[in-house]
Amino acid sequence: MGLIFSFFAVAALVLVAIIGVKAASLQYLFGVIIPYAAFLFFILGIAYRVLQWARVPVPFRIPTTAGQGKSLPWIKQNKIDNPSSSLGVVVRMALEVLLFRSLFRNTKAELREGPKLSYGSTKWLWIAGLAFHWTFFLILFRHFRLFLEPVPLPIEIMEALDGFFQVGAPVLYITDLIFLGAVTFLFLRRVIIPQVRYISLASDYFPLFLIGAIGASGVIMRYFLKTDVVGVKELTMGLITFSPVVPAGIGTIFYIHLFLVSCLFVYFPLSKLMHMAGVFLSPTRNLVNNNRAELHVNPWNYPVKIHTYAEYEDDFREKMKAAGLPVEKE
Amino acid sequence: MANPKPEELAKIDLAPPKTGWMETPTVFRKGMFCYGNKAKSLETVGFPNPRQWSVSEEDWHLPENWQEIFIEGLRERVSKYRSFRLFLDICVRCGACADKCHYFIGSGDAKNMPVLRAELLRSVYRKYCTSSGKMLGKIAGARELTVDVLKEIWYYAYQCSECRRCSLFCPYGIDTAEITILARELLNLLGLNIDWIAGPVANCWLTGNHLGLQPHTIKDAFDMFIDDVETISGIRVNPSFNRKGAEILFVIPSGSMFADPGTFTAMGEILLFHELGLDYTFSTFASEGGDFGFFTSNEMAKRLHSKIYDEAKRLKVKWILGGECGHMWRVWHQYHNTWYGPVDFLEEPVSPITGTKFENAKSNKTIHICEFTADLIKHGKLNLDPGRNDNLIVTYHDSCNTSRGMGLLEEPRYILKSVCNNFHEMPENTIREQTFCCGSGSGLNASENMELRLRGGLPRANAVKHVAKKYGVNMLACVCAIDRAALPPLMDYWVPGVRVTGLHEMVANALICKGEKKRTTNMRGEPLPGMEGEE
Ligand code: SF4
Ligand code: SF4
Repeated sequence: MGLIFSFFAVAALVLVAIIGVKAASLQYLFGVIIPYAAFLFFILGIAYRVLQWARVPVPFRIPTTAGQGKSLPWIKQNKIDNPSSSLGVVVRMALEVLLFRSLFRNTKAELREGPKLSYGSTKWLWIAGLAFHWTFFLILFRHFRLFLEPVPLPIEIMEALDGFFQVGAPVLYITDLIFLGAVTFLFLRRVIIPQVRYISLASDYFPLFLIGAIGASGVIMRYFLKTDVVGVKELTMGLITFSPVVPAGIGTIFYIHLFLVSCLFVYFPLSKLMHMAGVFLSPTRNLVNNNRAELHVNPWNYPVKIHTYAEYEDDFREKMKAAGLPVEKE
Repeated sequence: MANPKPEELAKIDLAPPKTGWMETPTVFRKGMFCYGNKAKSLETVGFPNPRQWSVSEEDWHLPENWQEIFIEGLRERVSKYRSFRLFLDICVRCGACADKCHYFIGSGDAKNMPVLRAELLRSVYRKYCTSSGKMLGKIAGARELTVDVLKEIWYYAYQCSECRRCSLFCPYGIDTAEITILARELLNLLGLNIDWIAGPVANCWLTGNHLGLQPHTIKDAFDMFIDDVETISGIRVNPSFNRKGAEILFVIPSGSMFADPGTFTAMGEILLFHELGLDYTFSTFASEGGDFGFFTSNEMAKRLHSKIYDEAKRLKVKWILGGECGHMWRVWHQYHNTWYGPVDFLEEPVSPITGTKFENAKSNKTIHICEFTADLIKHGKLNLDPGRNDNLIVTYHDSCNTSRGMGLLEEPRYILKSVCNNFHEMPENTIREQTFCCGSGSGLNASENMELRLRGGLPRANAVKHVAKKYGVNMLACVCAIDRAALPPLMDYWVPGVRVTGLHEMVANALICKGEKKRTTNMRGEPLPGMEGEE
């Protein structure tokens, strides 16, 4: 149900853009107002969500330790997976964020007759996740050419590398291929693996469809329906310099692309996509494991009712004396 | 017990049901859940809503405004625990955690996938605490908190042993244990616990330990140990209780005072300390290191726990030594002095035998006995004859808490390899931080839920079976009291012939003490290798 709903939701968004631009000629709305509003919402939304999390205290230091802790000097500590210093945490987080280290560990449990269980390493999710996120980032990075004049060298270099395998007239970017492949894989995985299908909600399919549609519209625009690149750049430069103009003659496909991106901007802070920011705040990953060496403070700590030794002795004094145990009061 | 045969139980279907999980009603299966708590246990500690109720009855006699209590409690907790709020918000349902949970692997019940276990509560959180959930309802994965939903949350919160294995594999470190810990707190607001947790908590409150052992009973138990140790080694040890001015307070789980094979560990420890001439004392008041309060609420955990530092203060010891225990160490390591505040009445721990300063415990002042003993061995302070353990082919089970909760991995292995000649590791994906739970942690080691325990213990048992076949392993060593209680029936069921031991039982077997008689038996009174024929 979530799947069908999400599919039609994204289809509806595409339709909205087509009608808006083709039938109603609301180029200014779709080219300027919505993108501005969406971007603002994106920034403020993320900031709000992050602050909301950051406001919540971290009462206890609860890292998941994934290696030998710091103990006796002759025992080799795993300084990354079980960090006892901030540097260790930084490295741990960097590996987590940039290389998805925890996912790298992924295993698959298999049950055979016997019973016999075995656990094989499985890296598909890790590879696909990594491919998806990295190409997404690189494509985004590439888009800066639309917002910067002159185009900075790193972007030029990246594009040259990306289009290394020149296919056809407009350079075919490898990132585009990998990106669409990864989105498709992540989607198919959700549909094909029974357990993953079982846990999937509309909010899992929707962003996949949306991001897939953004990628597809981008590719179509670039390789199939030629758009007026000069016009697009005029528009994007206008947006970034706060002097928006809407040049005539930019194809509808561009507006579809832009509208879907705007939708993603709006959807982002409201959804699980916030994992991008959330991962940095995860207390099982971003805390040092030096609980016994340093005092951690719980800001809302409060005194609790306890059972004191004196009360205990009152309950058991005679029995203690009979057993020859020392007591405070005779 | 009418448990099915292992071959029967192992027919597990991991495929999820045809119907969506929100539409699939939870059926309470006998053998998979524990009995509900008694009213008396809750009254003892002043928990809310004590009343007579039974899991299998339709009506759980909830208080009138139960929904309000639950949702208010939920709102309060998402504003107090960043972990909780974040983990409810950012799961992408990638499923990486799904087949990491021993209960899922062993039962095939889809709602035992950590992600779905968390989703049960998450759906309620969305409904009442997020705008998308309020507006979009089911489309956003939100659902109403009904009695059935509450029961479902109860059922699965008490089918999680809070082992954190799932958290290791989650790309965001989402710790489903953290979610069930807080789910249990919320259920406790409604007086919904299980007997096997609430009972020990009440006992612990009254007597200082779960088993409800009174001071003289503890003394009696040790008197028996002393006699047994003397029979075995010819040495009369003399442990003290509640002795002021001792250098070290030694705290163990009460399981080690009461049930085999934990008792052998306790005997091993007192023999070792006697040999060292250690100035230590037990306390009958702080007679439990494990903290079942942790399975009810953070507040209760703190209430039960403070006795340890309070007692250390009263007895004017210098520092605290902790025995072989799992949850006790999770709590001591991750929560202990955060709850208590600066522990300035104790000193930074130093081993009186080797002079080693335990830098890693300079604030908390508690040392794990494995750290202590590994240091002794490294410094050559123990005279060991590992040959005395030659009849044992040993593997080591990492307790979830000491491995994923503190990173105590090498010390126990170092000790084991020093005291026995035959040591073999289980397969890589089942040990160290990837270790599998015994299936009975976090208060689930009752008897009425034996099927759950056997199913949950399957992955652990299977790894043992592997080394039992390959190397002839016949002894499973561990440093956790619940393991020592839970693993024997698990082994008997899945891998007959493998027994369970604490580490310090193995140490005591190998330890050559000054002035000991010629040993003919190990700590269990069984003939030592080469001594089988003698009497
Ligand atoms: S691994 Fe983490 S993000 Fe993935 S489904 Fe499990 S809890 Fe959610
Ligand atoms: S904490 Fe352990 S028992 Fe609980 S869901 Fe995770 S893996 Fe399963």
